[in-house]
Amino acid sequence: MSTRVETPAPAPEASAATEVVLRRPRSKWAPYITTGRYIALFALACFFLMPVWALLLTALKDPAEVSVVRMWELPRSFSLETFRIVWPELKEGFVNSMLLAIPASLISSMLGAMNGFVLSKWRFPGADVVFPLILFGMFIPYQAILIPMYQVMKSTGLVGGLDGLILVHVIYGLPITTLIFRSYFTGISDELIEASKVDGAGMLRTFFFVALPVAPPAFAVSMIWQFTSSWNDFLFGVLLTSREYWPITVALNNIAGGQTIPFNQSMASALLASVPTLLVYVLLGRFFMRGLMAGALKG
Amino acid sequence: MHALRRIRSWGPGLLLVSPSLLALGVFVYYFLGWNIRVSFTSWLGQRPTYDWVGFRNYRELFANERFQIDVRNLAVFTLVFIGGSLLLGFFMALLLEKGVRFEGFFRSVYLFPMAISFIATGIIWRWLLNNGSGASTAGLNKLFANLGLGFLRSDWHKTDSAWAIAAIAIPAGWALSGYVMALFLAGMRSVPDELREAARVDGANEPRVFWFVVRPMLLPVFMSAVVILAHISMKTFDLFYAIDQGNLRIDTPALYMWFTSFGPGFYRRGAAIATLLLFSVALVIVPYIWYSIRSERRR
Repeated sequence: MSTRVETPAPAPEASAATEVVLRRPRSKWAPYITTGRYIALFALACFFLMPVWALLLTALKDPAEVSVVRMWELPRSFSLETFRIVWPELKEGFVNSMLLAIPASLISSMLGAMNGFVLSKWRFPGADVVFPLILFGMFIPYQAILIPMYQVMKSTGLVGGLDGLILVHVIYGLPITTLIFRSYFTGISDELIEASKVDGAGMLRTFFFVALPVAPPAFAVSMIWQFTSSWNDFLFGVLLTSREYWPITVALNNIAGGQTIPFNQSMASALLASVPTLLVYVLLGRFFMRGLMAGALKG
Repeated sequence: MHALRRIRSWGPGLLLVSPSLLALGVFVYYFLGWNIRVSFTSWLGQRPTYDWVGFRNYRELFANERFQIDVRNLAVFTLVFIGGSLLLGFFMALLLEKGVRFEGFFRSVYLFPMAISFIATGIIWRWLLNNGSGASTAGLNKLFANLGLGFLRSDWHKTDSAWAIAAIAIPAGWALSGYVMALFLAGMRSVPDELREAARVDGANEPRVFWFVVRPMLLPVFMSAVVILAHISMKTFDLFYAIDQGNLRIDTPALYMWFTSFGPGFYRRGAAIATLLLFSVALVIVPYIWYSIRSERRR
């Protein structure tokens, strides 16, 4: 149990290798157990991929061929027609979400880096009390701030456009980004900071020239986490934006959520709306994982 | 002079984090307090009212039939969702623990739904949880029929049973059991090999090594998984909203809060629900944060 992010798990290859050497004679059941293990792994993979399978089968069929009852039938024709139909509907939401998620994750990560640095390496009296108070903000049910937040945003004219939404995502992202950077900076040696102090550098200098240059991994974790959560957010988006500024989740729910929309369009829209976060996951899965672990306050 | 020098050493740090602290102070703690205040007023409609009606909103809420259904629904959902995700996640971690071929592939497949928004997840699963029968059988039911498992057919969240909401635990578990797996896997792999080896040398077979060496060390992981899943289950809104908005069989307090506040303007009731949600979440989260911070300090 720890709030550290950077402790690497022991490499699986290494432990597997030592086990081969140390294992006592295998029981006669071992081959069956291994086979059973792979069958179970494969069956579970099928369960997790089944919705994707249905999604792709449907979205790639010729719209004329689509019907909910034939969801599982292989397409007799290949067509990108469905995507061509839904993309114009989603494009605006897609752009809005980009305009929202990128600044939200950049600003939130930068502030998180400052907070994390101060809370681990440039501590002030009471820092130990402040940190758990910050953390609590990560877990609150947002329903419990929604009414006051809406009032404030309305009276400051921040309802409707993306500015207010970005602000909200930056602020509610601060707990996790602070946590990520605090854990990361806790892991770098105090001597590095001390040496900088001895050289006469002040806090800002130390932060920008000593701490930040070693922090790209923490930035990756924090940016990915923030990007994913602001891309996937629905509650704030639906409350704070008007139609032309709908983020992708709100657009998706309004387009694909109706009962009247054809099934294939619904599926294709869901797929398109998930492409950026899925890409991030596939390309940068390692950092995504670390964010997940940090989110559970675990190393 | 001495005090001044001390302030000069930590002052800049405090200054650097103060914007974040101020923002969180307002957007988390001030808003939470404000929301609690609203729950003691008779605010109805778009015009805020800040009178004092004592606990009237809470009394009305507990007598409110929809809220009673919501609480029961949430209890059923939480039970099935946490139980199912824990079992599945633990089982997957157990399968992967020793290191199997293509481990990275399986792990990524089990975890990828974490990257998808609840809205997209809901839209996909709404089609899979189709309850059409006879010639219009579709979704999972159709898949069951194709596989000769027709007896598994279900009306899912549209059944009249009080367990209807349990059907939503399938998409929720699909989305989050990979996360549980990742937590358990990290926990299992952090058990030092020497400990296991010592037990093996003492003559323990593999199941006993697991039971007596690994299992006790997994208790903290188990607790974090329960806490994370419990707080998600209490505050989740968008998944239910995207699957079947307005279906009272899958209504929960988080949804009721939304529908009663931001439509008809029963802000007083919405605030009371949100306050109850806040305290329920705080009940599991505060000890969790306290415990995490304490075990971090002990290291």
